[in-house]
Amino acid sequence: MDVSDSIIRCENLSKTYVLGGEEVHALADVSIGLNRGDYAAVMGPSGSGKSTFMNIVGCLDTPDSGQLWIDNEEVSELSKNDLAGVRNKQIGFVFQQFNLLGRTSAMDNVALPLLYGGVTRHERRDRAQEALMRVGLKDRMDHHPTQLSGGQQQRVAIARALVNEPAILLADEPTGALDQHTGEEIMEIFDELNDAGLTILLVTHEYNIATHAQQMIRFLDGEITGVENLEEIKAA
Amino acid sequence: MDVLELLRVAWGSIRVNKMRSFLTILGIMIGVACVITMMTVTAGAQYDIERQMREMGSNLMAVYAGSWRSRGGVSGAAGSNAVLTEDDAAAMKREIPEIAAAAPTMRGYAQVVVGNRNWNSSIYGIDNELLEVRNWGVTEGRLFEPSELSRGARVALIGTTTATELFGEGQILGQPIRVQNVQFTVVGLLASKGMAPGSTSFDQDSVLMIPLKTARTRLLGRQGVGGDAVDNVYVSVENEEDMTYVEEEIKKLLNTRHRIKPDRDAFSVSNMSEWIEQRLEQQNTFNSLLSIIAAVSLLVGGIGIMNIMLVSVTERTREIGLRMAVGARNTDIMQQFLVEAIALCIAGGILGIGLAVAVSTSASVAVGWPIYFQWWVLVMAVVFSGVIGIFFGFYPARSAANKDPIEALRTE
Repeated sequence: MDVSDSIIRCENLSKTYVLGGEEVHALADVSIGLNRGDYAAVMGPSGSGKSTFMNIVGCLDTPDSGQLWIDNEEVSELSKNDLAGVRNKQIGFVFQQFNLLGRTSAMDNVALPLLYGGVTRHERRDRAQEALMRVGLKDRMDHHPTQLSGGQQQRVAIARALVNEPAILLADEPTGALDQHTGEEIMEIFDELNDAGLTILLVTHEYNIATHAQQMIRFLDGEITGVENLEEIKAA
Repeated sequence: MDVLELLRVAWGSIRVNKMRSFLTILGIMIGVACVITMMTVTAGAQYDIERQMREMGSNLMAVYAGSWRSRGGVSGAAGSNAVLTEDDAAAMKREIPEIAAAAPTMRGYAQVVVGNRNWNSSIYGIDNELLEVRNWGVTEGRLFEPSELSRGARVALIGTTTATELFGEGQILGQPIRVQNVQFTVVGLLASKGMAPGSTSFDQDSVLMIPLKTARTRLLGRQGVGGDAVDNVYVSVENEEDMTYVEEEIKKLLNTRHRIKPDRDAFSVSNMSEWIEQRLEQQNTFNSLLSIIAAVSLLVGGIGIMNIMLVSVTERTREIGLRMAVGARNTDIMQQFLVEAIALCIAGGILGIGLAVAVSTSASVAVGWPIYFQWWVLVMAVVFSGVIGIFFGFYPARSAANKDPIEALRTE
């Protein structure tokens, strides 16, 4: 494996919470690597540690021990402020509940990360437009979230995740709030983005959604219990 | 983010919650309006006192025969047989160099008649010096000629109220008027003085002034007193600091001249600055009370801001989480909410100025309070509103900035 191809590298990540006086090992010694262009689905029951894993990879949380590199830069030792910078530049989040700002146009929602990236107003506009065009919402730019369907809202959220050209797209149950048909449409967008070279890490509990990915990472009790190559399974 | 971006973000969330923003602003608006109205009315009162001082002459005192305590409704020498004379006035001027002018005056009250109209008016027997001492002059016509004063001519200066009552809008100068069947010619219209200081009913413009000699020989002369007796002597002092000293000197001089034992209060001196001090003291008490009320209302407004901002932070927890997820640093969130609070407060301050201008102007029109707008108060109001925004917005903004993005995103 070429070092420059590595986009996520975790070594011995551990995270422990204290809940009601009892220690919970949310992550225990997790090590894994993903390369540029990988498309991985993270699966596991609730409490298995997949959310903690995603939060740490997404630089929203820090591990108690272990190391994490994003795009060959160690981030496990960074300050809160620097982590915000990494989230801004390297990570694109897509959430189950879309998390769009209400009473704010699709355009302004998409441009939000650029605001914190110090991009000028004019350029924010151009890039938000471009991102919305990529998800097929060219003619919905001035619509507010309430004027958009669930699928359209999730597309706006994807455009927002893409607008800063991140290294990784982190999607947490992106189809969880959508009907099956719309969910498939959203997954098609992810597939296209991955075909274009974007690394995608997807949390889901639906197997048929997970099969869009190339590999599946299974979590249980804070540990990775297996990594399956879905391409091989599909081929078989 | 630069200030403009922050303002744009703040405007975004203020606009999204119009009603809530308005209610938040209302508290500060009323608080600021209270403060400014208070300052305006206070300054107006202060200004009014100063104006009266200037007009009356703060270096003015009036000398009466009789002690201050015994001097009641009856003018003259109640409780004492001493009588003030024109010679006394001349002696004061001569013997006490600190005195700029001493004007002997006779006072009375009589019906003034013009044609079929009449009006009860104060009658002053004066020489021109009185007008000088009291900073009083004519707006039309002229003062008395020296010859008119010396021969006791039947000429009169008329106050604006008396003139209006008797002549309406008609010609005043040169017109004949009658007082107790003595006919006078009006030669001058006195400048308007308004109500007497501290009084709402004693109209200083309801007055007719005639030469002292005329008053004595034709109208106000009294039986059994000396040929040059007067009711009082108005004295103006060169320097205000000498007031107390001159007061004592006058009493001493008069006691000597009238062969009265030095420890007796045969004459009294009333000092205008004493009255003004008293009035200022009252004003200060009033001001402190108003300041407390204004401060409390601002405090309540500030607490309102804090309350609403805290609610707003709680309500927007997910938004905060999302902003953090897409790269907002803690300081960005902090600034966002702080700028929002400051913007709300400053908007409240500006609207408060408008409200204050409206309230104090209508109060001034309706109740007749003197008001005086000071530009620095308006500037301070805006600045202070911003300070309130920082003070009461800080805690909510910090609690927003300290949110954990994961927890925040999980909030329903």
